[in-house]
Amino acid sequence: MTQSFSSAIYLDANATEPLRPQAREAVLRGLDQVGNPASVHHDGRQARALLEGCRKQIARFLQRDADCCVFTSGGTEADTLAVHAFGHAQGRRVLIGATEHDAIRKAAPEATIIPVDEHGLIRLEVLAQLLEEGGPALVCVMAANNETGICAPLDDIAALCREHGALLHVDAVQSAARLPFDVSVLAGASIALSGHKMGGPKGAGALVLAEDAPLSPLLPGGGQERGRRGGTPALPAIMGMTAALEASQAQDWAPIAAWRDALAETVQQAGGLCVAADVPCLPNTLSVVLPDVAAQTQLMMLDLEGFCVSAGSACSSGKVAASHVLQAMGLGERAGQALRISLPWNVEEAHVQAFGEAYKKMAQRLKK
Amino acid sequence: MRILVAMSGGVDSSVVAALLKRQGHEVIGATLQLYEHNGPARPGACCAGRDIMDARTVADRMGFPHYVIDAESRFRESVIDSFADSYARGETPVPCVACNQGVKFTDLLGLARDLGCEAMATGHYVRRLEGPDGVEMHRPVDRDRDQTWFLFATTREQLDYLRFPLGEMPDKDHVRALAEELGLDVASKRDSQDICFVTNGSYASLVEKMRPEIEGPGDIVDAEGRVLGRHEGVARYTVGQSRRLGDIHTQTGERQVVTHIDVKNRRIVVGPRSQLGIGDEHCKIVLRDMNWLIDAPPEGVFCGVQLRARESLRLARVKPVGQAQAEVLLDDPALAAPGQACVLYDGERVLGGGFILAKGR
Repeated sequence: MTQSFSSAIYLDANATEPLRPQAREAVLRGLDQVGNPASVHHDGRQARALLEGCRKQIARFLQRDADCCVFTSGGTEADTLAVHAFGHAQGRRVLIGATEHDAIRKAAPEATIIPVDEHGLIRLEVLAQLLEEGGPALVCVMAANNETGICAPLDDIAALCREHGALLHVDAVQSAARLPFDVSVLAGASIALSGHKMGGPKGAGALVLAEDAPLSPLLPGGGQERGRRGGTPALPAIMGMTAALEASQAQDWAPIAAWRDALAETVQQAGGLCVAADVPCLPNTLSVVLPDVAAQTQLMMLDLEGFCVSAGSACSSGKVAASHVLQAMGLGERAGQALRISLPWNVEEAHVQAFGEAYKKMAQRLKK
Repeated sequence: MRILVAMSGGVDSSVVAALLKRQGHEVIGATLQLYEHNGPARPGACCAGRDIMDARTVADRMGFPHYVIDAESRFRESVIDSFADSYARGETPVPCVACNQGVKFTDLLGLARDLGCEAMATGHYVRRLEGPDGVEMHRPVDRDRDQTWFLFATTREQLDYLRFPLGEMPDKDHVRALAEELGLDVASKRDSQDICFVTNGSYASLVEKMRPEIEGPGDIVDAEGRVLGRHEGVARYTVGQSRRLGDIHTQTGERQVVTHIDVKNRRIVVGPRSQLGIGDEHCKIVLRDMNWLIDAPPEGVFCGVQLRARESLRLARVKPVGQAQAEVLLDDPALAAPGQACVLYDGERVLGGGFILAKGR
């Protein structure tokens, strides 16, 4: 009985990527696998072999030992586990970027916030100062921001952490499948991944540790994942995530980046202001303010026209709040007037163009 | 037509949305998030966290889009803060009027226009009729649910754009039966009552928490300033009430009523009910923020006026004066509570209304 938006154009990949066909096949294979990887019998061994194969593949992507990879239910759990395992409980101060995802913010409510500049980049001199203030620290930053796509200067951040003996945790949820990964820069960091942001199914993620080490689990359960994460691993979802990550490495993002840039032009001509101009950014993301028009209104209007985009961070009630990311960047009330357009891996140029037209129409109608 | 329905999550607005959808309109559901819901949701008061989910369930079932609109800061400023301010001035405010006037019929209605809607519908029990000189507001068929008094501040322009399908419903059972027939889970949901944002305790403790300067006990005095008793806080009183006055009725040998709230000196002033109307002091009321739903009659209009949410009409002559004000000359004296609404009726029709101004003292 639901109203059909069969013709809806999906441009909200940073919320979740459409499933990649390779991931779909892998999930189906996983669904047909009977055994529990923890079981000692034949079917259990088969399941375990598949799971360990995935582990090896994910770890190899980051050039690490398979044993460094702890499978989780997703990015939020991976981030929470990292903070839980390496942060306050271990006597470390937690320093987090001002534009971090709630996965980190809510996991470390007492964290010290590292401010960002107007380009959304971590202020390195403040980070250095905070690290110098002494005491062991865990620094958590995201490789690329989910709302703006802005990429963090990870090499500089990692160098500062090394220099001060601080641990580094990087939330690579948005970037892993969309940007080449400079593994040498992040050699000492733990890394959070999420399957569905790469084109896998929802329900799997991973925390890839800098080195194989025991850590205190959030869910002790039956001691799965070598005591680091209890609960039967979601094998089909993990297989899907692994296949998605592999498929993403073969993707050429250049055309998508070009369409995104063209859209940025269109949007600016229509009166929109692009947030992350002139800084390194994900190839698929465009954050754009339409001055004096509430993001909620823009979102509704475009939804009714059949375009799926997002604004700020929608909470569980579906209410659109002003973006804390854009607020941290000093956008003030414009933080409540921004839309995020994030092109999925399978986007077509015609979709981007159609959105551009709809945006122009909307801007014309709503601009005060 | 494309129509936005303001959905509280209750049975009334759910039925409105579902009916319009069934009639083939392009319905857009919108629920205002008016305040933060920490702690247990309180069913029965409008717009608790649960209610948003209920509205969404109705939208999903009927197959139309539904959005949650963040109106928290605007609601806090335009309704809750001014509610407390009003008490701090010794008035008795009507927050539902402020909410309808601002958050609902200005902001949400503006959004509906932005979205290209031809109209906005709500679950209020009032009738909107097309008259010879434009739209008119009338009392609903179900007089027990009459909400016209709370909607007097609706402008003619807003009224033109609004739709109130429940105004024609014979009674609430009928509405619930319709909800049942439409398969809505909210069919048996409790009606909302009271002031929605007073989620625990009394409105008075909320006001006292927000405006601590008016908290605390004080004297109950007569017109000459003689102390007759003590009270627990000025926010607990409304002009015209005779409850909460302790034993001063027996003490004075006469039924007493509150005639004035002196916030500055934290005093409740009372007078004997029998003295009401000696002189014309209690026959004249001045209204502010007057909203006329007819062309304002320069010579005044003779009509019925209603000074409280639930009371019968009094006869009066009402005349526009000054800047958006009006002067009400009652046939019989009455104690009008400052901050409350005075709504003008001609039979079933609402002619307009304003807020009762405190008398200059």
